[in-house]
Amino acid sequence: MTIPSPMFPLPAPGSQLPNRVFKWAAALAAVTIVVLIVLVGWELYAGSRQSLSKFGAGFLWSSEWDPVAEKYGALPFIFGTLVSSLLALVIAVPLGIATALFLTELAPLRLRQPIVMAIEMLAAVPSVIFGLWGIFVLIPWLRDHAFVWLKHYLGFLPLFQGPIYGVSMLAAGIVIAIMILPIVTSISREILRSVPNLQREAAYALGATRWEVLRIAVLSYARRGLFGAAILGLGRALGETMAVTMVIGNRPQISASLFAPGYTLASVVANEFTEATTDLYLSSLFELGLVLLAVTILVNVAAQIMLKSMTGGVSSKAA
Amino acid sequence: MEVSPYLPSPGYAQWRKWKSAAVTGVLVTCALAVIAPLFIIIYFLLVRGASSLDWSFFTQLPKPTGEAGGGMANAIVGTMTLLAMAAALGVPFGVFGGIYLAEYGSDRANDWLRFAADVLNGVPSIVWGMVVYLILVVPFKTFSAYAGGVALGLIMVPLVMRTTEEVLVLVPQSYREAALALGIARWKVILVIVVRTALKGIATGVIVALARIAGETAPLLFTALGNTFWNHNLKEPISALPLQIFAYSISPYDDWHRQAWAGALVLMALILALNITVRVLSRDRQSAS
Amino acid sequence: MSTLPETASASAAAEPIRVSATPAGSPAGSHPVEAEEIAFDIRNFSMWYGQRQALQDVTIKIAARKVTAIIGPSGCGKSTFIRALNRMHDLTPGTRLEGSLKHFGDDLYGPGVEASVIRRRVGMVFQKSNPFPTMSIEENVLVGLRLNGVHDRSVLQARLEESLRMAALWDEVKDLLNRPGTSLSGGQQQRLCIARSLAVQPATLLMDEPCSALDPIATAKIEELIQTLREKYTLVIVTHNMQQAARCSDRTAFFYMGRLIEYGDTRNIFTNPGNPQTEAYVSGRFG
Repeated sequence: MTIPSPMFPLPAPGSQLPNRVFKWAAALAAVTIVVLIVLVGWELYAGSRQSLSKFGAGFLWSSEWDPVAEKYGALPFIFGTLVSSLLALVIAVPLGIATALFLTELAPLRLRQPIVMAIEMLAAVPSVIFGLWGIFVLIPWLRDHAFVWLKHYLGFLPLFQGPIYGVSMLAAGIVIAIMILPIVTSISREILRSVPNLQREAAYALGATRWEVLRIAVLSYARRGLFGAAILGLGRALGETMAVTMVIGNRPQISASLFAPGYTLASVVANEFTEATTDLYLSSLFELGLVLLAVTILVNVAAQIMLKSMTGGVSSKAA
Repeated sequence: MEVSPYLPSPGYAQWRKWKSAAVTGVLVTCALAVIAPLFIIIYFLLVRGASSLDWSFFTQLPKPTGEAGGGMANAIVGTMTLLAMAAALGVPFGVFGGIYLAEYGSDRANDWLRFAADVLNGVPSIVWGMVVYLILVVPFKTFSAYAGGVALGLIMVPLVMRTTEEVLVLVPQSYREAALALGIARWKVILVIVVRTALKGIATGVIVALARIAGETAPLLFTALGNTFWNHNLKEPISALPLQIFAYSISPYDDWHRQAWAGALVLMALILALNITVRVLSRDRQSAS
Repeated sequence: MSTLPETASASAAAEPIRVSATPAGSPAGSHPVEAEEIAFDIRNFSMWYGQRQALQDVTIKIAARKVTAIIGPSGCGKSTFIRALNRMHDLTPGTRLEGSLKHFGDDLYGPGVEASVIRRRVGMVFQKSNPFPTMSIEENVLVGLRLNGVHDRSVLQARLEESLRMAALWDEVKDLLNRPGTSLSGGQQQRLCIARSLAVQPATLLMDEPCSALDPIATAKIEELIQTLREKYTLVIVTHNMQQAARCSDRTAFFYMGRLIEYGDTRNIFTNPGNPQTEAYVSGRFG
């Protein structure tokens, strides 16, 4: 075929093969995501099969964890995971949202960037360093000062009774709170930034004070997204492992007191996995992992859905 | 509602103003409380870590129980080895997956893949350790550097995928069109034009992911396991800074505690260095565009 | 003249190519003659974006080595039309087209025809100049050749100078070839993009409002350039600037609501339009 133009003799274009190969390579890599989700679920299920068939659903309700007697129940760990995570949320969510409000609404511009940077740095601190700091700095201080004070003034509450060891549910809650603060803050900040300025101006135009503007125009508008930020924080909190293992005391018990040691799903796996001597022991640990996976996936899906409806998915940036 | 624009009594207006000022004070306090832990931790890392840090920390192996001195040379090299292996797995899968999400696929399917990646990012890292234990440790009957690298690499995949996609989508469509209009094959357009334009952003995403996994301990506990010697064989257990910090900090020996602080300082410095690299890269990117 | 691979050779046989004897740069306004060479032969061409029909039953013959202007109000389908001529719509999911589109006798959308081969022959210059930001001026010009497999240094060097000269940019940039393409001014960037398109030696150059983002002086340079390019290339220019169409095109096609309303010599279209809608548009009464 000839072209009536000074067509430069280009080398023959190959078939579509390279294009196809490239596209399929990319598709394969993208599909890995799905493969990984299935793989994680399947492997944990396969690992816990023995425990599943031996204990059935009772595994979840049983509070006995006695490897010597080959008795395994998940309740103390589920309790410990939920209590430590909820404690962390109680501390981190108000602080995180308040800081996000400060950053978006109040802080002078030249302060914002340094504070945001500091928060990002906090997010970069590895779990094991929080744990190290927890063991050698935070816990002695809590044990000798904060807990004593709490017991003295709030000791009438069952939450603050009993002996003080230092390592405790409350210590774990505090450490987790510090660890999830960056993500709660940064996502709250993105949510608040997505509140249209019109909202604020309208409120100011009514003669509202700054706090009234925040409450009426900003917070009520962003409520749903902030809830999503909290849930995403919860997802992180549930899976925190190293720092928690180092400060929670690792005792499978259910106690009303926050001064008492506890144990979480993630930390029992971290601690006992390599010393699990029998198949059933290991399998029970896998089932704990499966429970942890199921809970975190549920929580993360909920958070993603909430955030997506708010902003079209901000989470990945803060991840 | 108590907020009435009409007939505000002077006392009520005063109360409203006072309340607003009080809230401002509370917000400032909260912001300080949020960043305080960073400075406290850095303070202790410097004070306790620097005093325990010496040349032998970088050159020597851990000493046996009870003996003073020694270092974490093997753990430092181990962390680097594990990061390299993780990157070898996580970068190609992550980058290619990101390319797929940004350049190919239907909107609907890609939404699901994105969603799946975000959910995967939320899977606790210890779970990855368990999974890799089953697929690489059990069949080969040994803990190994490979298993540790794979566990960290799998954590990297969704992270890198999402950031890669985000920066590729930012490349203006007009560059793709201009390149295609030259008769360049699609895959070359993507690699040479689109990916190259977004290369700094992709590198940033990769480094962010490396900084994140550099400090991971949980996925290494039952994959890389850790050891106190030089590892010359990737089929055998390998040490890593976070593993060594963990092992030393829960030990009963004061000398090991000091070493744990030193290790933490080194690890934090490594992570900070990665983060600073990211800042430099992204500043260039902003000024270039 | 070169031999290109297997694509669409069947249709090439159907319509033998007549090499035009018309001297290059024949005066604007000459009536189409029988022996005239046709660059694009388009019959009953319709196109949809999803459910929405963007073009309806367009039949047009675009002459080779002439400047054809496509005019019409925004949304009339003029951009859609020229983007179909080098298959840029392949990128947009949900587009569908019908009818026959031939470029020098070859079916643009024939079975087995690769879009990339079509695009090498039908180049495109866009509304906003878009030199590749990571590349120098030289790399920008040569990227089409390099990525299409030309690595011979002497060839590349020759094409570099030739393309930049044709784009009337050589004298301005010959000492700055290693500077980033984005360091040039807007008008220079657009000429760089033209040089980049010319480097792969297309037969036809499509221009989608090439001057709409430029100042009058830069626009004048591009228009001058269009006049010289006409000697070698078939040019199809979408423009919303009626004076521009009148100044620099030989033929004008008026599109309205996805239909080709009128097509003919530019002089006729502007002085004596046959259709009341065309008249209303060219006299500025709507659009």
